[in-house]
Amino acid sequence: MIEIKNLTKTFNARNGENRTVEALKNVNLTISDGSIYGIIGMSGAGKSTLVRCINMLERPTEGSVIIDGVDMGALKEKELRAKRKEVTMIFQSFNLLMQRTCLKNICFPLELVGVKKADAEKRAMELLEIVGLPDKANAYPAQLSGGQQQRIAIARALATNPKVLLCDEATSALDPKTTHQILELIKDINKKLGITCIVITHQMSVVEEICDRVAILENGEVVEEGEVTDIFSHPKSSAARHLVYPDGGVNPDILALREGEQRVRVVFNGAVATERPLIAQLAIDLGIEASILGASTKSIGERAYGNMILGIMGSKEKMLRAKEYLEAVPDVIVEEVENDA
Amino acid sequence: MLSKAFTAEAWNEAVAIIQSEFGLAVWETLYVTVLATALAIIIGLPLGVLLVVGEKNGVLPLPKWFMAILGAFINILRSVPFLILMILVIPLTRAIVGTSVGTMASVVPLVIAAFPFIARLVESSLREVNPNIIEMAQSTGASPFQIIWKVMIPESVPSLISNATIAITTILGYSAMSGIIGGGGLGKIAINYGYYRYKYLVMFIAVILLVLIVEIFQRIGTKLAVKSDKRLKNK
Ligand SMILES: Nc1ncnc2c1ncn2[C@@H]1O[C@H](COP(=O)(O)OP(=O)(O)OP(=O)(O)O)[C@@H](O)[C@H]1O
Ligand SMILES: [Mg+2]
Repeated sequence: MIEIKNLTKTFNARNGENRTVEALKNVNLTISDGSIYGIIGMSGAGKSTLVRCINMLERPTEGSVIIDGVDMGALKEKELRAKRKEVTMIFQSFNLLMQRTCLKNICFPLELVGVKKADAEKRAMELLEIVGLPDKANAYPAQLSGGQQQRIAIARALATNPKVLLCDEATSALDPKTTHQILELIKDINKKLGITCIVITHQMSVVEEICDRVAILENGEVVEEGEVTDIFSHPKSSAARHLVYPDGGVNPDILALREGEQRVRVVFNGAVATERPLIAQLAIDLGIEASILGASTKSIGERAYGNMILGIMGSKEKMLRAKEYLEAVPDVIVEEVENDA
Repeated sequence: MLSKAFTAEAWNEAVAIIQSEFGLAVWETLYVTVLATALAIIIGLPLGVLLVVGEKNGVLPLPKWFMAILGAFINILRSVPFLILMILVIPLTRAIVGTSVGTMASVVPLVIAAFPFIARLVESSLREVNPNIIEMAQSTGASPFQIIWKVMIPESVPSLISNATIAITTILGYSAMSGIIGGGGLGKIAINYGYYRYKYLVMFIAVILLVLIVEIFQRIGTKLAVKSDKRLKNK
């Protein structure tokens, strides 16, 4: 189990000013063994800082990280280095040693702990098998595609039989198909080897595909945390809604606001909403005509999720009636769109 | 004056000098250059490593005062002109070699002039190593020394070879200059015959040989650097 308690990280601003940047503010998370835990947020939210605090590449300013009862911050340099064999990491840019063959890259962590060359190479061959690249043993990283390089990096991360695998934007440099394959591999490793995986990403699709739980990070704070299915169906924070809806939701700026127009965002959180011709019902039952200014929906599992922006001509009161009506439908959330948004 | 350089008489004289002295001179030039470069690398490489790893955000942060002294020491040595350095180190040369003139004696100022230069070249090579790769090594639990030996140096081998080539060709040039304090080799011949005795033809030939040696070193160095670089796909 990984417990992150009251974690705060403050940086001195890079350009030498006396200002400080609070990259993480009082983060509390508990990650259970064997799970795939997502940490999602926009660029600059503090994801990398958080994951680097887990293996103490970055020392927290305050708070602690406890892995299986061991307080990472209290370890001496040498103990910490030993612990890092159990908490390995893969990266967005793969970070393979470019002057070593793939086999030798996988041997690297084993060399560090003094495993004999023959044993290390034997283990590396097994790992190449696991990641599906047994024929690339003697190839150099530059001769591999991005997806293949990440497989080698995964093999390297597995060499020391870790308990935890930290993935910092591990698929962000890959195309969708390769992303899918790498995510499958991570899922596989999690299942077969029981390794706890912490997946840092800025893409909700990644969380959706492999994570059990997710924490949403915004400006260094965890604004929402829970089961992935719950977050998808009831995104509470605005950060969560931004992430859940594809393309960050429908942009209310798509059309210039007409004189006397009110706008609402209708959020669908399940199949029911899409089965009923809602807009038609609204016109029939209340006599309110709404035009769809933009919509973006998708289905996850058996449910459909998405949102649309409706434009309603008339008074604010009319808009509020429509809002009330639509909100009565199960799994639908309606919010006013500020006109200056 | 120059027209005299190419008379039949001058040719015959030059051929005689070439036959009697050039073999040894080329050998001395190569010998001094390679020896001085090797010794300068032995001193300069670790210093170059320290310049990079000892920084505040390096893999082995060293005290600030130490880094300041190291940097200043290297800069001071680098800014002394070689001609003056040769004279300044005479006492040291005497202490080490036993004499301040001759071929072996010229190795001392060469090493002292070259190692700070090499330290800076090593520094620049090591700085090219992708910091993400160093972070990977740290996250894998590598110690600072493992990072230096297994990551920073191996990853910068092609660049180190290129820079070693620059170093050896520069040292070759300095070694020719050391002809002034009695260092042997092609430099000595060029100075003795060309400068002191106006035998320009001999000087030209010595210079051409120096140019050829530089060219050969450069080609070999470039080949080795390219050959060692596994980042290049199409080989
Ligand atoms: N070493 C540092 N010095 C100063 N500020 C830093 C440092 N590292 C990170 N920061 C700041 O901390 C904040 C969080 O950075 P972090 O890299 O964790 O974000 P992120 O969520 O990983 O973003 P991205 O998706 O772009 O990778 C940013 O404002 C960043 O500028
Ligand atoms: Mg990041």
